[in-house]
Amino acid sequence: MTKKEQILLEKPDLKKEEDIEKKAGTIEVFIMGKSYKVPAGLTIMKALEYAGYRYIRGCGCRAGFCGACSTIYRIEDEQKLGFDLACQKVVEDKMYLVQLPFVPAAKAEYDIEKLRPTDSTILEIYPEIARCVSCNTCTKSCPQDIEVMKYIQRAVRGEIAKCAEISFDCIQCGLCAMRCPADIKHYHVSQLARRLRGKYIDTRSKNLSKRLKEVENRKYDNEIEKLIKMDKKEIMKLYKNRKIEAEEADRGGD
Amino acid sequence: MKVVEGYPDYMLKSIKLLEEKREKNMKRPVKPMAMKDREEILRKYHPDYMKGTKRKLRVGIDRGTILYNGLVDLLEAKPVLDPKDVDLSNIDYDVDLLIIGGGGAGTVAALFAYESGVSKDKILIVTKLRHGDANSMMAQGGIQAADRPEDNPALHYLDIFGGGHFTNKPELARALALDAPGIISWHEDLGVMYDRHEDGEFQELSGGGTCRNRMHSCKDYSGMELMRNIRDKARNLEIPVLEFCPMAELLMDNKGQIAGGVAFNLETFEYYVIRAKATILATGGSGRLHLANYPTTNHYGATGDGLIMAYHAGANLLDLDTIQIHPTGDAYPEPLVGILSTEKIRGLGAIPLNKNGDPFVFPLEPRDVESAALIRECKEGRGLVTPTGMPGVWLDTPMIEILHGEGTIEEKLAGEVRKFKRFGIDMTKQPILVYPTLHYQNGGVEINEKTETKLPGLFAAGEVSGGVHGKNRLMGNSLLDFNVFGRRSGIYAAKYVKKAKIGKLTLKHLDKYNKMLEQANIKPTKTAPIILPEYRGEMAISRSLDIF
Repeated sequence: MTKKEQILLEKPDLKKEEDIEKKAGTIEVFIMGKSYKVPAGLTIMKALEYAGYRYIRGCGCRAGFCGACSTIYRIEDEQKLGFDLACQKVVEDKMYLVQLPFVPAAKAEYDIEKLRPTDSTILEIYPEIARCVSCNTCTKSCPQDIEVMKYIQRAVRGEIAKCAEISFDCIQCGLCAMRCPADIKHYHVSQLARRLRGKYIDTRSKNLSKRLKEVENRKYDNEIEKLIKMDKKEIMKLYKNRKIEAEEADRGGD
Repeated sequence: MKVVEGYPDYMLKSIKLLEEKREKNMKRPVKPMAMKDREEILRKYHPDYMKGTKRKLRVGIDRGTILYNGLVDLLEAKPVLDPKDVDLSNIDYDVDLLIIGGGGAGTVAALFAYESGVSKDKILIVTKLRHGDANSMMAQGGIQAADRPEDNPALHYLDIFGGGHFTNKPELARALALDAPGIISWHEDLGVMYDRHEDGEFQELSGGGTCRNRMHSCKDYSGMELMRNIRDKARNLEIPVLEFCPMAELLMDNKGQIAGGVAFNLETFEYYVIRAKATILATGGSGRLHLANYPTTNHYGATGDGLIMAYHAGANLLDLDTIQIHPTGDAYPEPLVGILSTEKIRGLGAIPLNKNGDPFVFPLEPRDVESAALIRECKEGRGLVTPTGMPGVWLDTPMIEILHGEGTIEEKLAGEVRKFKRFGIDMTKQPILVYPTLHYQNGGVEINEKTETKLPGLFAAGEVSGGVHGKNRLMGNSLLDFNVFGRRSGIYAAKYVKKAKIGKLTLKHLDKYNKMLEQANIKPTKTAPIILPEYRGEMAISRSLDIF
């Protein structure tokens, strides 16, 4: 049996698609220049699939976290290019679409253990950030609405913590790097900033290091062993009667 | 035609009701269910306990076991690879350690195998899509570790075991609880930016079924932040990764050991023979099989391939008669259906409410119980139905701002805010509509504390493995799982590599499997693993020709 036969055997409901089209109405999109009619209200990703495309590249988590489906589009007769994620952006009539399958942007290699978070650490590893011309094209192309240019400026000034904070929601799709006239690889720069901050600048947890020592000294081994050996009734009772912190007045932790 | 912004009128009316009752609802939350009530609601409303979702498997080592229909379909399908098509005398990659899957578990495994002495040019990660394309990247809420003075690993163990309905393998639950603080400390070394108080202590929230607040988070991008750090380290070390090359089947040798696998280049359709002294299965979950017809939160590549290929080779499976449906998948608007709204939203104090604005369940029950309660509410007519027919109940997010102050949502749930804003919904002022969605594969290939499967040479870690969570996983234990067992698999596989000797390569196990199918009188119409789900429009497929 061919794949097509399998699919038709399982989902022969072509009526359903006709119904969807009738209900939602169709719009015209141009997938890499070629016209297709698709139901309104679909995301770009689902519209391409509806039209018959099967993804290999350009599709990842389908929920806005992985940066695999960065898309460039322009509505017919409009000046401006649009940038977004295919899995999040809904198609519009007369949209010209293309997806970025891959971003050629070399990442610097470093050993974080050997770095120190000084004013010039990022500049030494990614010197090209000094060439930023403040055109703000990176910010305009960010599907996460991150102030990309601002965090690059912070990086130039050696403000690692701030660069890390502003860039935190970066999904590393690479659209910024593809648009930059100064050939900056923004998303790699901010990755370094965040690691420097997480490792060297944020204060470490004392509770954690205390607990780690206890675990290393096997403080809880006996207690857990006892739970493992307990008969089912007894452990069920223990579980049922345990005190739940979230039920107390101060729910939710902080 | 323009996309409708925000909620339609009839939903806004329901929101009005909820707003009027908000103050009262916050004062008098619903208490947790008694164990007996939990059992009853699960029996009636959770797909794990309902009729028609599962059946008996008729082939292989676990035949007679009850599994979800969608999994049985694939396990009773013909192995996708025909041994005749593959020339095993020509080895494309000859390594010590093959890691199948470039998500959390696989990448952590590579790092620890390297630290345990396997040289990097003798490690190979093969992955279906890009390195890091995985459910790990999508985890929002956080990671559990008992590190506060009010908490301890024994309490964590009790939560894991009770949450799993006392069906977990105890030694795996113990490893999960006891390794946790060490994992968080390793993350600190890597440079993970955890949410902290000013004194450096972690901001820790509660999760469903946890008796202490022990959820460590990185805003609502926890998995992404962990994965970014882990992957960055792997890239700095230049650990070899073969992208867009999913594994089609495992290889064995004439001594019955697992000896690598046959990878398939998705773009050129070539196969690659990979010989390895040890193999770590880290292929993740199976949400894209849409078991019980649920929408899913999962990654595009989550098609359960690891289960299938391991089973073809003779590994046994655990707890695949259960699936985790996450209580709060998005139900509105339509483009978001099935996508996750993190449990952290409830951890921060938002309460589920029905269409009349009334609460009906303690917000932080274990996931299966919470989901069952939401399903009941909708089945009994107290939920809303969206214009596209999707049922749902409210999750009253504005409560968070009242509890913790204005700006909390923007600060702690940036990803969620961004997601809804695109559709004209401001979750700081309006509730969101949710319904359970397929989220996690509780079970999988059975492992022990060393992540060994029953097949020599095959290790497994992360979502593909079985036994850690029993029949239900708690929030924050999957990020922990891939770290704890990814690390262990790297360390133990590195040890194994030192003494392993591979014999003559073979794919005979596939011929054997085909024979078993025949003997069981099964006439397969499908092949498995499926590698990618099929989402093309039916009209487009129906007209497609296979002539090119």
